[in-house]
Amino acid sequence: MKMHGGRDFVRHMPGSTQTFKKGESFWRIVHIDPWLLLGLLVLTGVGLSILYSASGTSQFMIKRQVIFFSIAYIGMFSIAQCPVNFLERSGKWLYLFGIVLLVLVLLIGVGAKGAQRWLSLGFIRFQPAEILKLAMPLCVAAYLGSRALPPKLKHIGGCLALVALPALLIFKQPDLGTAILVTASGLIALFLAGLSWRYIVGSLLLVVVASWPMWTFVMHDYQKQRVLTLLNPEADRLGSGWNIIQSKTAIGSGGLEGKGWMQGTQSQLDFLPESHTDFIIAVLAEEFGLKGVLLLLSLYGVIIARGLIIAWRAQNHFGRLLAGSVTLTFFVYVFVNVGMVSGILPVVGVPLPLVSLGGTSLVTLMAGFGLLMAVATEPKKTQT
Amino acid sequence: MPALGKKHQHSTIANEGHQRRIIQWRLLVAFLGVVILLSILVARFYLLQIKQHQNFVTLSDRNRIQMQPVAPTRGLIYDRNGILLADNRPSYRLSVIPERVKNLDALFVELNKIIDVSASDIDRFKKLKNRSRAPYQPTPLKLDLSPEEIAKISVNEYRLPGVEVEAELVRYYPYGELLAHTIGYVGRINERELKAFDEETKKDYSATFSIGKIGLEKHYERSLLGAVGSRFLETNAHGRALRELEREAPEPGQDLHLHLDLHLQKAAFKALTGWRGAVVAIDVKTGGVLAMASSPSFDPNLFVTGISYTDYNALNSSKDLPLYNRTLQAQYPPGSTLKPILGLGGLETGLISPQTRINDPGYYQLAEGERLYRDWKKWGHGKSVDLHQAITESCDTFFYELAVRLGIDNMHPIGAHFGLGKHTGIDVPNERSGLWPSRQWKKRHRRQPWYPGDSLNVSIGQGDVLTTPLQLAVMTATFASQGQRFEPHLVKQLGDQKIEKKGVDIVSASAANWAYVNKAMESVVHSRRGTGKGINKGLSYRVAGKTGTAQVVGIAQDTDYDRDKISQRNWDHALFIAFAPADAPEIALAVVIENGEHGSSAAAPVARSVFDSWFEIEAARKAKMNPSQKVSANRSLKNNVMASEVDL
Repeated sequence: MKMHGGRDFVRHMPGSTQTFKKGESFWRIVHIDPWLLLGLLVLTGVGLSILYSASGTSQFMIKRQVIFFSIAYIGMFSIAQCPVNFLERSGKWLYLFGIVLLVLVLLIGVGAKGAQRWLSLGFIRFQPAEILKLAMPLCVAAYLGSRALPPKLKHIGGCLALVALPALLIFKQPDLGTAILVTASGLIALFLAGLSWRYIVGSLLLVVVASWPMWTFVMHDYQKQRVLTLLNPEADRLGSGWNIIQSKTAIGSGGLEGKGWMQGTQSQLDFLPESHTDFIIAVLAEEFGLKGVLLLLSLYGVIIARGLIIAWRAQNHFGRLLAGSVTLTFFVYVFVNVGMVSGILPVVGVPLPLVSLGGTSLVTLMAGFGLLMAVATEPKKTQT
Repeated sequence: MPALGKKHQHSTIANEGHQRRIIQWRLLVAFLGVVILLSILVARFYLLQIKQHQNFVTLSDRNRIQMQPVAPTRGLIYDRNGILLADNRPSYRLSVIPERVKNLDALFVELNKIIDVSASDIDRFKKLKNRSRAPYQPTPLKLDLSPEEIAKISVNEYRLPGVEVEAELVRYYPYGELLAHTIGYVGRINERELKAFDEETKKDYSATFSIGKIGLEKHYERSLLGAVGSRFLETNAHGRALRELEREAPEPGQDLHLHLDLHLQKAAFKALTGWRGAVVAIDVKTGGVLAMASSPSFDPNLFVTGISYTDYNALNSSKDLPLYNRTLQAQYPPGSTLKPILGLGGLETGLISPQTRINDPGYYQLAEGERLYRDWKKWGHGKSVDLHQAITESCDTFFYELAVRLGIDNMHPIGAHFGLGKHTGIDVPNERSGLWPSRQWKKRHRRQPWYPGDSLNVSIGQGDVLTTPLQLAVMTATFASQGQRFEPHLVKQLGDQKIEKKGVDIVSASAANWAYVNKAMESVVHSRRGTGKGINKGLSYRVAGKTGTAQVVGIAQDTDYDRDKISQRNWDHALFIAFAPADAPEIALAVVIENGEHGSSAAAPVARSVFDSWFEIEAARKAKMNPSQKVSANRSLKNNVMASEVDL
């Protein structure tokens, strides 16, 4: 009955739908979500001004960041144009492509500081792990979206396998930060698909129990050191504790109002390490105080809220899972970065999205928002 | 609406809607999670930025603000007329901030391509680096850069992080060797000196690299040093100072104003040219040292920024011992210069009188058939020699007789009152005490009784007797002032504080006896038979003096002193003590010329030069003071007139 009625509705009122939503249709035609775009543009602007200060007014860095932003925005708009079902179909191919490259990284990759993360194409180097940041939500959303929800046990298993393979490959490089983000994007999709709470609680217990062998056999010394440093940063003031002590000092000394733009002594006098990459929020906190932090977090909140609304309004499971996964992974980015810089999470090397200086990560992040926009502006379905 | 998790109908559409609601429900849960986690972050920032704000402000300030000690300016040294004797001149040194250099050895290699950095420079740098110091404090590597070196470093500075050219003030002695022994010099603080520092002293020297090594520079080190200051610098994480936030100025060291007169010192030093010897001139009324010269000397400026090994070796191994301060480190037998005070002592005890006369056959015998104590004049000074003649002609035989009458127990206190055998207490370190023997001394040190013959040797200033030129000058000044013995001192004024030494001893003797011996000394220079008559030509003032000759090697009983048979270094030392004007003494001095043979021919002319210079200076000063008084009076009068005109 309902199905029939639905069809009738669509058939009977095609014109009126279009005229009724005339204002909105422009955005649908160009495949842009105006609220999300506005949020992103403001965040980009704020990010650039913080970076300008954090980089010591480096024209070079700003130019570089602007160029990457341009590429990223173009990438976002391009991806936003893709039909959702094309995205759904291409997910697994992108995933496979990413896996192949990840294996190549382990075989012939290049890197620094004991990590092997890049593939060199001669003129350019890039991190294949970035591809998985897109491929993972696409692939898992497609896998779960085409099946009945909540997922059955074997689909949960399949899904976990999809997550585990690239996560392990990335973890092996090692790149803990990206591994966490990629894992998160897959698991979030699984969670949104209605994974039973029993499994969730059960696996959380399992993680606690399994952490001991992880610690003993799997983790690298530098990763263990990071965790230990988090637990007691004062122990090694000049060594591994330095970063976190300096960032807390920067944040704390900023107070409510901050020291003023480009007046932060911690960041301007180079006491704050990685001030233009992972620790950039400490610069904001020092120079603009708690007010600045609240503003930035609100901006993220707006973007995330908009992403969740897009997910809520999506027209099919794939769209919902994809949009939800991308949005919440973006939040994980924010939370892990801000948490680590303020000293409540281990330092795992996750940049502050859209603010930290970054090349490829910027492009993949914006590509993620391209996916969101594609979902948001999917034409109203005429069901077959 | 069915609640989540309920089993449902199998209609696809219903199923579709149900599944949509599963996802939407989870989206709501996730949104709630986002809100909670964001709240945690906000709470965290609230804790750090509001609750613990002050703690972190302190931490942040401690990060960026560095306290650096600032060296005080060393006090200057002036002569009695305000002529600068020890100055501070700017010097440029190459310093390295070790914290900013990753590989020091690589840096040294790199630097060596630009300028010459010696192994000893690097050695010293490493020692300095390991001393306790403020973090990021520059450590000197190479001192006293030439303008060319400064330019070369400046050009390359951009590729030498952590390398700086620093300006500092270093000591400069414009008169070089003229005052080397007296003023001394400063040099770099060495390990041994550093070890002796207590914590407080270490702080005082935290920005100072030099310390007084000898002379006045050493004695007045703490006064000259001043008090260390500090400045608070904002530095970045790499230790580069960006700006000064606050400064506590160092307190400059106190200046020294000396009794010493540069012109007189020049005259004394010039008169010693070519000799090894010493001159000490003392202001009779105050005990202030007017001139103090030791020859040969050296350039103290060599030591200031570190003397090179070859330079030091040359100085240290020279047979003429230029580093040796002969005025107070060298001990010579005083020879006949002791005769006036012993004569005075004889008169005071009453064991001899102006009427006492002896026969001098050219020798003295304690008893028939015993050893002959010879007079310097082979055939003697005549059959009737009194004290006046004995001093004038330096008759040894008379003093042998006197020694027998006095005995050592009477002789010893006489010399002791005039300061023999004791440190004079001058404000220059490393003074030696000389030796003024006594019965007790011989018993203790030689484990032998005192023999009468020992007294005979002492009476002519030989035997065990040793004196420094400074002691002889003090003795002479004491005599000139008729008994006022002062602690000799160079510094008249320390900072704003005048230094006046009280007399340490008063030798009391009857006015008649002082006058008698004084006359005898005058005739040494002014009488036809005086041993010092060689210097009396054209004298416009009266000099009282006494020559002396000190044997360097013992002469066997029956042989004569034959200069051609002994090497020059064993020739007798020549001595002369004198004061002038004889009737109202102003200046007293002692001259020792090593291997100068005769006090009359070698030492007395030196004294004459110094006296001449003294009276020229005095005359010039008097001449200058009178007209200048008039001029200043005129000027003040003029000023008054002008002032009153303005008032009108």
